[in-house]
Amino acid sequence: MGNPAQIALDPAALRAEFPILAAPRPGGGALHYLDSAATSQKPQRVLHAMDAYYREANANVHRGVYHLAAEATDRFEAGRDAAARLVNHPREGTVFTKNATEAINLVAWAWGARELRAGDEIVLTMMEHHSNTVPWQLVAAMTGAVVRFCPVTPEGDLDMDALRGLIGPRTRMVAVVHVSNTLGTINPVGEIVDMAHAEGSLTLVDATQSVPHMPVDAAAIGSDVLVFTGHKMCGPTGIGVLAAVPGLLREMEPFLGGGEMISDVTTDGSTWNDIPWKFEAGTPPIAEAVGLGEAVRFLEDVGPERIRAHEQEMAHAMIDALDEVPGLTLYGSRDPQRRGASVSFALDGVHPHDIGQFLDSRGVCVRAGHHCTKPLMRALGVQSTARASAYLYTTMDDVLALRDSLVECRQWFGAA
Amino acid sequence: MGGLDDLYQQLILDHYRNRRGRGRIDGASASVHENNPVCGDECFLDILVEDGRIADIRADGDGCSISQAAASMLTEAARGRDLDDALTLVEHFRLVMHGDAEPDEDLLGDAVALEGVARYPVRVKCALLSWLALRDCIAEYRETTAMGG
Repeated sequence: MGNPAQIALDPAALRAEFPILAAPRPGGGALHYLDSAATSQKPQRVLHAMDAYYREANANVHRGVYHLAAEATDRFEAGRDAAARLVNHPREGTVFTKNATEAINLVAWAWGARELRAGDEIVLTMMEHHSNTVPWQLVAAMTGAVVRFCPVTPEGDLDMDALRGLIGPRTRMVAVVHVSNTLGTINPVGEIVDMAHAEGSLTLVDATQSVPHMPVDAAAIGSDVLVFTGHKMCGPTGIGVLAAVPGLLREMEPFLGGGEMISDVTTDGSTWNDIPWKFEAGTPPIAEAVGLGEAVRFLEDVGPERIRAHEQEMAHAMIDALDEVPGLTLYGSRDPQRRGASVSFALDGVHPHDIGQFLDSRGVCVRAGHHCTKPLMRALGVQSTARASAYLYTTMDDVLALRDSLVECRQWFGAA
Repeated sequence: MGGLDDLYQQLILDHYRNRRGRGRIDGASASVHENNPVCGDECFLDILVEDGRIADIRADGDGCSISQAAASMLTEAARGRDLDDALTLVEHFRLVMHGDAEPDEDLLGDAVALEGVARYPVRVKCALLSWLALRDCIAEYRETTAMGG
């Protein structure tokens, strides 16, 4: 397909590959799905890959000697190869989990609960998702470690001077989100990883909102751990990825025990399987790994650079369109170069829940709430916001529907 | 659009724009603070109990039109009732919100307009926030008075 980065992506053509976007909406009109930061829609080829797996190759993996079991194992492990390749990470360091939340919990418990000591410090940021906050609070409570939070500037960026001051000799883990699900901020994770490593700290990058939307190179970022989830990147729910430095995975004790993750089991104890399987206890989400692999190939075919370019365009269009809505306050950066395509906003006199409900009546799906970032909401001085988020299938039509329905919404609630 | 009009009846929008019973009570007999984990909305509810009756009830906090209208309607429906009556009222409203009872307009007053919320499961929590706060508030009042507090 030539140099994919040079040919602009055609979102209208891509929409046709997503059955839910192509289907007529009850009541007529297009579905304006602007909640891809919560979960993406799924292209037909991902649905087909999962269906075909069950129809043609269903068997348990890594067990049977028969042909079907070998075929199931091949398709499952091909999913791992694809996930590893997408983020330029070695396959033995690529562990399947249930989601990104479980991947972070795996590190928090298998590493943190064993290695952290009283007075050790875990550095997070105020814009972390609850999934990268609560696991660390749990292990801190157990070990006596201290959780510290890097503040966010009024523009929605990390306060890098403050972060520099927070990371020190007592820091054992710096866990930071790559792209904020609420503000869209793209954080300088490579720089943060270098700062943390200079103090001998481990690093974790939550790439849940970056991997689906832009090229992400785990090796270039250089973090010890990088996590992401399948369902936000055109793949199924029920599968996430822990991409960790193989040496760390070898040193860590297992998280969950059971079948598959062992080398030998005796009544005196057990020994562990090689990585990555050491961290995959029990029958894994096989069809989901197959679906994730197909989602990766889909993203590769579209081209992560082209997706990023399209979303920059959509972020720009959304910010311009929202500026036309009277009484609207936008949170986060206004510069599409420095942000992803998740845009949070408030409408004067209309609660985000009511925005969400009203927009639904116009076929526009946005998220309303705290977006699992309550510390950030408090820092912004709001209880909740509405959030519109774009993806590779978002069109100008969606953006204009958002604008028009918001203008109408404000009139409906008598706030105008 | 039928769905939207059904949910947001004019009476609801009226209570949202012109809140009744809003604020706090100095020297309240009991107070509770509840929040909706889905959206972060908060509700502060105060009651003043005199002779076993709710002499005053006020609700404060921010939230969506449904939660604010429900709180406004609650203060009108509950004021003047004795505590057991108020609990009966709350339980009836809870059943209506879960689709398990037909609304009794004599009991609910304006809150009967919230009937349509039952068809929007996510919004049921919004409507119930202040009403269940009253249940907790009465329980707290009884606990503290039982302890002689």
